[in-house]
Amino acid sequence: MTTSVSAQTDSPLTIGGRAFRSRLMVGTGKYTGNQTMIDAIEASGAEIVTVAVRRVDLDRSQQEGILYHLDPDRFFLLANTAGCFTADEAIRYARLGREAGFNEFVKLEVIGDRETLMPDNVGLIEAAATLVQEGFQVMAYTNDDIVTALRLEDAGCATVMPLASPIGSGLGLLNPYHIRTIKQRLSVPVIVDAGVGTASDACITMEQGVDGILMNTAIAKADDPVAMARAMRLGVAAGRLAYLAGRMERREVAVPSSPTTGLLD
Amino acid sequence: MTASIKITVNGDTREFDSKSSLDDLLRVLDLDPQMVVVEHNRSIVRRPQLAATPLEDGDSVELIHFVGGG
Repeated sequence: MTTSVSAQTDSPLTIGGRAFRSRLMVGTGKYTGNQTMIDAIEASGAEIVTVAVRRVDLDRSQQEGILYHLDPDRFFLLANTAGCFTADEAIRYARLGREAGFNEFVKLEVIGDRETLMPDNVGLIEAAATLVQEGFQVMAYTNDDIVTALRLEDAGCATVMPLASPIGSGLGLLNPYHIRTIKQRLSVPVIVDAGVGTASDACITMEQGVDGILMNTAIAKADDPVAMARAMRLGVAAGRLAYLAGRMERREVAVPSSPTTGLLD
Repeated sequence: MTASIKITVNGDTREFDSKSSLDDLLRVLDLDPQMVVVEHNRSIVRRPQLAATPLEDGDSVELIHFVGGG
């Protein structure tokens, strides 16, 4: 049996000139242990793995640096600017991350509100423009607003990453229309970042046609993170395949699947 | 006895020998230079320059690394 569309025929995801096979990217925060984190990342099949830039704890009472646990030769480490509330802070963190890391990619976050962790669009666009000029491949975390997404693309971002719902909320894809609009209008890859709660959310998100998903909490805070990582891998793959397959039209009326002729008198 | 200088490291004030370099600071703190990035008075100092960068009284140093994050 052959199918016209299969995962094998899907093109790689290319961001900033680099090709990736996996359309699922994962974070490394909130895990109860390093081995669980490694096992979950393995199970997810992710190549791009995000990390945060923080002060070394000089008292050694907290965890050691993640590079003691995560092999940078096996994963593409993506430094983020989480925790930054201004463009200047985010630029500083991005520069430190590039120095600590192994590539010119940065997951840019400029947060505007502590309660909702919604992005500060003005600071975000400003930081993105500066970092692009400094040679960064900017992957910009943003809300699901088309105008901001267009501005980020204009600023030279390698990818635009609208949220499905607030960071760490697990509420799933709240506005598929906005995400589809962004995907349809942008030329750079669109990665949905934040808000996915379970595998069906990942599947539905990928069915909108986006290029990938970045998630952390949904895996790390599952009862069994390794099993959920595998579920997410399958959910992303299923959603991608369904998108490529092209879904049937929605109808407001029932249409019988079985023949309406040949029925008994 | 050599004079000491006060340096702010990751937000805390610490005393060091006045002849210290950034490389000495990492050694005193028992940190592997390969595993941290050093920001000295808001400028990143690359590893080859650590030994050649002297510390002065009132300097601010940030030592950063990667931790888990999303």
